Amino acid sequence: MTEVKRLVLDVLKPHQPDTLELARAIAACGTGLRVNIGVEEMDEQTESVLVTIEGDDIDLQRVRAAIEELGGSLHSIDEVEVLGPVGSD
Amino acid sequence: MRWLGRLEFLLHITRTRGIARRYFVVNGFDGALTMLGILTGFYISEAADLRLIIGACAGAAVALAMSGLTSAYISERAERRRELTKLEEAMVADLSESAHGRAARWVPLLIAAVNGLAPLLISIVIISPLIFVWTGGNLATPALQTSIGVALFIIFLLGVFLGQIGRTFWLISGLQALVIALCTVALILFLGL
Repeated sequence: MTEVKRLVLDVLKPHQPDTLELARAIAACGTGLRVNIGVEEMDEQTESVLVTIEGDDIDLQRVRAAIEELGGSLHSIDEVEVLGPVGSD
Repeated sequence: MRWLGRLEFLLHITRTRGIARRYFVVNGFDGALTMLGILTGFYISEAADLRLIIGACAGAAVALAMSGLTSAYISERAERRRELTKLEEAMVADLSESAHGRAARWVPLLIAAVNGLAPLLISIVIISPLIFVWTGGNLATPALQTSIGVALFIIFLLGVFLGQIGRTFWLISGLQALVIALCTVALILFLGL
């Protein structure tokens, strides 16, 4: 079974809720998730942010739902790091 | 109490907490001053029928509540829809199922409730001495004058609340509100001569 260890997402979001609240909502999508958000571009109504998520097994669907719940939209997945099954032999 | 947290969140993302607070003070002040006016009018006309006074005050309170509910709901719904449309255009997305969409539906209702209930509840508190005496209770002071006193005290408290919001000295803002109320009473007494 593969496990998603790291994701870098390009997200467009409204100014409210702010990046801290977005980070908290994403971090709540799993246990032990580490979330980093950097603001790339600011507009009058929106901002483009780069969301970096690190964890043992990231559920992208839950993360996407959390982003959309807060009015954001996932534009692209810029980086991924996936760990494949570890053999016992 | 989870729904309270959600409402708080919706007020936060729409930045409308200040609007709800303003509506509470403005319409609460409206309610208190209206009650004060009616009570003063009854005082100078020397009306003794408590049921009549309570009926007049309750009627005005219900009218103020309905006016507050409907006017705030209509105007806030239009405002929230406009804000949501602007945001949807900027996001190039349908936000109706997001927190912003829910806020556009629920925040007008919440603000309307604040705007409508503020004058109603304040009016009920003001006329409570009248209701108390009418239902057989006894007060040390006449019911009408007691209600006028309660109205003046509530107006003072609203002034204090405004002072806390504006971070000015609470006593000054409370006394400013009280002066407005006393001027209203003086004007009614003058017109009643």
